[in-house]
Amino acid sequence: MTRRRIRTWLIGGIAWFVAAILFGPIFWMTLTAFKTEGDAYELALFFSPTLQSFRDVFARSHYGGFALNSLLISVGSTALCLVLALPAAYRMAFFPTSRTQPTLVWMLSTKMMPAVGVLLPVYLLFRSAGLLDTVSGLILINTLLNLPIAVWMAYAYFCEIPRAILEAARVDGAGVFHEIRHVLAPVALPGLSSTALLLIVLAWNEAFWSLNLTSAKAAPLTVFIASYSSPEGLFWAKLSAASLLAVAPIMILGWLTQRQLVTGLTFGAVK
Amino acid sequence: MNSRILFGLAIGLLGAATGHQAPAATRITIAAVNNPAMIELKALSTRFEEQHPDIRLSWVVVEENVLRQRVTTDIATGSGQFDLVFLGMYEAPLFARRGWLRELRDFPASYDLDDVFQSLRDGLSHEGKLYALPFYGESSMLMYRKDLFAQKGLTMPEQPTYDDIRRFAAALTDKAAGIHGITLRGKPGWGENMAYVSTLVNTFGGAWFDQQWRPQLDSAEWQAAIRFYVDLLREYGPPGATANGFNENLTLFASGRAAMWIDSTYGAGPLFDAHESQVVDKVAFAPAPVAVTPRGSHWLWAWAFAIPTAARSPEAAREFALWATSQEYIRAVAAHAGWAAVPPGTRRSTYANPAYQQAAPFASVTLHAMETADPTRPTRDPVPYQGIQFVGIPEFQSFGTVVGQSIAGALAGQMTVEQALRAGQATTLRAMKQAGYLK
Amino acid sequence: MLLQLPAVGVLLFWMVVPLGLAVYFSLVRYSLLNPDLRGFAGFENYQYLWEDPSFLPAVINTIVLVGSVLAVTVGGGTAMAVLFERRFPGRNVAVLLAIAPFFVMPTVSALVWKNMILHPVYGVAARALSLVGLAPIDWLGGCPMLSLIMIVSWEWLPFAFLVLYTSLKSLDPEQREAARIDGAGGAQVFLHVILPHLRRAIGVVVLVETIFLLSIFAEIYTTTSGGPGHSTTNLAFLVYSLGLLQFDVGIGSAGGILAVILANIVAFFLVRMLATSLKQGA
Repeated sequence: MTRRRIRTWLIGGIAWFVAAILFGPIFWMTLTAFKTEGDAYELALFFSPTLQSFRDVFARSHYGGFALNSLLISVGSTALCLVLALPAAYRMAFFPTSRTQPTLVWMLSTKMMPAVGVLLPVYLLFRSAGLLDTVSGLILINTLLNLPIAVWMAYAYFCEIPRAILEAARVDGAGVFHEIRHVLAPVALPGLSSTALLLIVLAWNEAFWSLNLTSAKAAPLTVFIASYSSPEGLFWAKLSAASLLAVAPIMILGWLTQRQLVTGLTFGAVK
Repeated sequence: MNSRILFGLAIGLLGAATGHQAPAATRITIAAVNNPAMIELKALSTRFEEQHPDIRLSWVVVEENVLRQRVTTDIATGSGQFDLVFLGMYEAPLFARRGWLRELRDFPASYDLDDVFQSLRDGLSHEGKLYALPFYGESSMLMYRKDLFAQKGLTMPEQPTYDDIRRFAAALTDKAAGIHGITLRGKPGWGENMAYVSTLVNTFGGAWFDQQWRPQLDSAEWQAAIRFYVDLLREYGPPGATANGFNENLTLFASGRAAMWIDSTYGAGPLFDAHESQVVDKVAFAPAPVAVTPRGSHWLWAWAFAIPTAARSPEAAREFALWATSQEYIRAVAAHAGWAAVPPGTRRSTYANPAYQQAAPFASVTLHAMETADPTRPTRDPVPYQGIQFVGIPEFQSFGTVVGQSIAGALAGQMTVEQALRAGQATTLRAMKQAGYLK
Repeated sequence: MLLQLPAVGVLLFWMVVPLGLAVYFSLVRYSLLNPDLRGFAGFENYQYLWEDPSFLPAVINTIVLVGSVLAVTVGGGTAMAVLFERRFPGRNVAVLLAIAPFFVMPTVSALVWKNMILHPVYGVAARALSLVGLAPIDWLGGCPMLSLIMIVSWEWLPFAFLVLYTSLKSLDPEQREAARIDGAGGAQVFLHVILPHLRRAIGVVVLVETIFLLSIFAEIYTTTSGGPGHSTTNLAFLVYSLGLLQFDVGIGSAGGILAVILANIVAFFLVRMLATSLKQGA
């Protein structure tokens, strides 16, 4: 019994150590956000905390506006992505043809196109369509960027679902819509919600296109961070405070929905 | 998941996002760089808005490289997203030549254009017409710790040479105390390490090109300069020099980790800010060191406001540009943050002001450096280009950065100086052939 | 067919229009900053890119980076999944901490690592080394690729861990017990029960990560700017420095097209590899 207990503690110790190392940089950033600029360059764990850096950040930029844009863009593009991806994934998973595999490969390859190579064509298109510096423009671009991921993940989840369930429903005379809604959705929902979460995280963190296609009105938090990335002089505390503000919403969302994320990502769960 | 709900949500969001309302006042969008001077301007700009209730300002503040990329795409495609852009002496003539910027003229008497340094106005002009108003200007100089010099019994000559620098760096380096003799830019980039390296090559007698646009990186002058630079930094510089640009070096110097630093005169302002700097009363200044020729040993640069041709509200943008570069604004900063913090290097009147001379001991060295930097004669031998720390052709951004990488490679010890320069020569030659300068 | 039409259509538009434009631009001389140079260039832009001395290193760096990060995250993720699957005090909190890096924006993580951790003078790593009397390491200058792999792995390890951990939790405990009763040791259980169970999850991790790692840019741009030398220049960064720095749309587009072609080759093999594992058990 004691041996078992020692083992539990040992495993716990190692696991906690690993978790601490992974969280270390974020912990350090959080601490630094509450230091003065002078203290930020010291290694001290104990210091008198101050909100000065946060005050500086709020005085310098309109955080709320950036955060709202980030929210609209990530939720909007995720919703649009799922609307487009689900029917396609459904079709490909349950009624595969000889073209399904090539189509999937091709979809993925669009994702691998380096953004720097097509910046100008996209910029010109956006200019003609009046989409520069609009939230809808960024929703569109994030949808395009993440659609392949959405299709692939939804496809992978759908592949998990035993065909027998659907066939049983069909024998009962259910229509396609009924089949999706009452048979497929309940089984696939956890997987799809974690897909949605992943898409939200990706859109929230997208920086290149946001920086290049927005100016004042539609700029999300990645643009907000860009104004703190290399100021002169001592800047760690301000950088940390701004980073914390940019990262915290999505991290808290991730933590709150961790349970869904975990149940959703269970590949190979349904046998 | 109910797709109808999702779809409705998406449509709703799109609708909400596109339903902009037309503002009553003229709104101008300003593209700016994130540095303390600009942050100060942004903070004080509420006064401008009070004076001009019909103008509202929107700011896009990003770091330098992003700004450059953003502004260039916007201007070159004529998108008109920005009414006022912040750009440098490298871009202004190139853009003006393409007809992308509005000419600036008919200044009100109170603006006193003649008060602005002639060399900056020249650098921001094309064919005698002015296209941008300088917000702050800079040259390069040597900043050093007078307390450490006194401690070691060293005296700084009026015009130091690079031999002096090597000697001083050797004497001042105290690795046990964490003090490095010298720090210089090492981070690759045409505006980072290559800005400094170009001045070093110039004063060693070299140049980027000869009169026929043949790259000169394989010359003995480049060899000598780069070898000197690499040896100096490897022996007496801080670890990780290839990651250090202006900001990183400012941090090192401000926290007392480096005894000498050759960089922008603009760095002196933050060094005198007691909130940011631990060396306020220990720092002194000297002209940038020279080797075989004084020509091109220190650079000339200005960050300036320009109005794109495609701007939607050029009149309002002009109003703001005039205000931000005026004597009135300089006085406003002095009243708000002290004279040491005013945007330096643009106007004679600033340097003639006793209050500024008093608050900013670096004023005379800066003024002298700005006055002696001549971008039209940057090198010992004549060259077909203008610019001291850059070559005024569009292709420079790219090959300058690639050469900067090779030199950082030599600094990191990944290749020899010879290899780095051979690679740099090949890259530059290729770029010049591709752009049609060479057959 | 109707069902996949919207997605295929949208992606086709995304593919055809910008990519079509890119193909066109890649065949002409088109520099934003030097509009005097124009006309049909044929394959000149491609040739220019191909002959660039850092082209081959960039391809190799891209592969090294993707391969190493995949190895670290899949290996580390599996090990962590096995570790965290055991019960221990505060496990839920430890999991939350371990997955946190995934939510951090790439620019932010690159900035934090560069300035606050790997900085050879002020960084936590340098201070920790000097506490035990060792000389600080010049991470980004001396071993840039290693540092980069470290940063990127830190970003992606939580993702791999999360996917593998949840997958492992779904493993039927009876299956493992059965193996154990049959006299299998820990290593054998891992090889014959756990790994096969995780195969599909590993496939998904490899797929998703490869897509993102192939075009990784922000981390390189923020930390090393592709240097020193070519040591951290990958394809995305090369295209940036050739195309975007001098706004040569022709070369930038040619780089984009080349990268798409290379990506398609990778995707082809990857998907073939994964397709078999995805299909099994479906």
